[in-house]
Amino acid sequence: MLVLSQVSKRYGNTEVLAPTDLQVAAGETLVLIGPSGCGKSTLLRLIIGLVKSDSGTITFAGTMLTPENIFQIRQRTGYVIQEGGLFPHLTVRDNVVVMARHLHRDTAWINSRFAELAELVRLPQELMSRFPVELSGGQRQRVSLMRALMLDPELLLLDEPLGALDPMIRYELQQELNRIFSQLGKTVIMVTHDIAEAAYFGHSLVLIRDGHVVQAGSFKELAQAPAEPFVEQFITAQREPMERLTKALR
Amino acid sequence: MKIGQLIRTMLLGLCATSYMPSALGAEATETVIVGSKNSTESVILGEMLSHLVQKSGNDAVHQRQLGGTRVLWNALLSGEIDAYPEYTGTLLQEILVGENLQTGVQLKQALAARGLRMIRPLGFNNTYAIGMKDKLAEQLGLRKISDLRNHPKLMLGFGNEFMDRADGWPGLQQRYQLPHRNVRGLEHDLAYRGIESGTLHVTDLYATDAEIAHYNLRALEDDLNYFPVYRAVVLYRANLVQRVPEVVVLFKKLAGSIDAPTMSEMNAQVKLHGKDESKVAANFLEENLKLDIDVQVQSTWQRFWRHTGEHLVLVVISLSAAILLAIPLGILSARRLRVGQIVLGIAGIIQTIPTLALFVFMIPLLGIGGPPAVVALFLHSLLPIIRNTYAGLKDISPTIVESAQALGLPPHSRLWIVELPLATRTILAGIKTSAVINVGTATLSALIGAGGYGQPILTGIRLDDIGLILQGAVPAAVLALLVQGLFELIERGLLPKGLRIQASEPKSVR
Repeated sequence: MLVLSQVSKRYGNTEVLAPTDLQVAAGETLVLIGPSGCGKSTLLRLIIGLVKSDSGTITFAGTMLTPENIFQIRQRTGYVIQEGGLFPHLTVRDNVVVMARHLHRDTAWINSRFAELAELVRLPQELMSRFPVELSGGQRQRVSLMRALMLDPELLLLDEPLGALDPMIRYELQQELNRIFSQLGKTVIMVTHDIAEAAYFGHSLVLIRDGHVVQAGSFKELAQAPAEPFVEQFITAQREPMERLTKALR
Repeated sequence: MKIGQLIRTMLLGLCATSYMPSALGAEATETVIVGSKNSTESVILGEMLSHLVQKSGNDAVHQRQLGGTRVLWNALLSGEIDAYPEYTGTLLQEILVGENLQTGVQLKQALAARGLRMIRPLGFNNTYAIGMKDKLAEQLGLRKISDLRNHPKLMLGFGNEFMDRADGWPGLQQRYQLPHRNVRGLEHDLAYRGIESGTLHVTDLYATDAEIAHYNLRALEDDLNYFPVYRAVVLYRANLVQRVPEVVVLFKKLAGSIDAPTMSEMNAQVKLHGKDESKVAANFLEENLKLDIDVQVQSTWQRFWRHTGEHLVLVVISLSAAILLAIPLGILSARRLRVGQIVLGIAGIIQTIPTLALFVFMIPLLGIGGPPAVVALFLHSLLPIIRNTYAGLKDISPTIVESAQALGLPPHSRLWIVELPLATRTILAGIKTSAVINVGTATLSALIGAGGYGQPILTGIRLDDIGLILQGAVPAAVLALLVQGLFELIERGLLPKGLRIQASEPKSVR
């Protein structure tokens, strides 16, 4: 579905991403994980050309990315970011259908697709004519997901989609997202720094540190056969607090 | 020059306001354009010339109180005006000073080489003089200019032209070795106010100024013969002889007909007794040249509406053009940073050029009147709009821009669907700033004959008539407020609802 080959990026003297190979199979959920600033978001943005790579090639469903076809590729991709990135001057509905309208999709099609998605993300009808400022953080992310799914993309890119939410809503949305992913069966690449979230969603995980892929594999493989001490440290750092919590309850 | 003419033709079409001679006039009558300087005497003489043109059966247009000798001289050279009253001293010592002309014959030759002629002197010599309150001069025992040397503490203030002219203050200070520093330049007519209030002690006088007697001033003796003779003459374009020989014949009748007391009295009638220049000029022609003159004076309201029309034309054309050009330039600047730096740099430099200087730069290209004023106002309206468009687009949160890109919106659609709506408020703020500045600055256009609310302000300053100044200043202020209000309304219509909510309400909780 998606093949990255020797893709790299540097800003001035700082290497943000060393030459990296990556393959994502259709229907798979891949999670890019690592500490802040490790290059995982950059990798995601390289895939839809928001950042230009210095070297390497990106192949999307057999088509190599070029500056000419990037607009088509983006229309076949859904992208959700931490703060939602909704347009503040447009209503919920207009935010979701903006691209479909731009492509002159049939109104009836737009309406039915919109209704279908509203049901999928469980967004109440009365919110449709509101503006983003009038929504809660969780509602905004649901709308953002609707917008990303509107044109029924082949690939969904999520950059810390739940990062700005409080733990309760985050928990709720994790379950929702998981349900939606399995319902749609789409190829998903998600960025997070939360190992529990990564384990929950990811068929496979790619742990990145300082622009280098440290280890790729399932959570089990990472936990049981860490390629480097860093892998263990990274997992332990997030596992310990939870175990403390479990102990305290005994 | 060709581009200049093209712009001029285009703008002339747009600025077809009342001061523009009708191009559709009958072939038999010619339109003769008379100019005058921003002094009462010059305006009176200009009115006389206009009356004479009308008496000959031709149409007269009087571009009154233009801003300074250079403006008039250049306008005459380029044919923007056909005639104006000038002084020999100014011609010899200022305009043609580089040619070192000695005799009247040489002067005539120099003028002829430029396609100009002059009639014999009108009679009076309106030389410069250095004057002060008679009482103060008496107390300090001052009789001659050289006496000033012993009183370095006296406050000197001169008309702006006098401050800069070759035959003005710099030469005077050198000839008399005057020790005074902090000499101020100000509007000639305001200097009398300064003298009266005691903040100024010494100023330059024109020998025929009515105020000399009125304010009890003493002209100090020019004991080193610094000031040349300033005989009043009428300069006109040589082609008038072919175009309207009858006008030239009438102009020539003025030669030798006005002596200094007569001119001084006419100045007094206008400046001190509030009479209309046109009537004073007509009276003189009736009494001295036995010519019946039909004077038509516009009512205050007629003048108000004319000035309003002129002002609106200047503002509407220059501001609309500025909006149409500046917004795309702002967009370009935000998209391409290098180009943006250059565009903003150039617009910034243009903004630092004083409006009056910009007017004068425009005259060789576009002449006098509406077109150069519109272009200057247009240029001065660009920066706030370009800058705000640029800032409005640059200030959009990067996550919003990135989201629009990620959706697959191409740059052009991104601009229209996302970026411009989000920058609306900032862009409109820039337009409002430009509009208010534009309305205010447009009052200066009167200095180059473009009329507008600046006309009564200029006349008011010249005649020291605060009522008249307010007749221009108040409507200009009201117009500025109206224009601002208009754009507030436009903002209400244009600003996306989502942004209005954002401004008025804090974030709601779910």
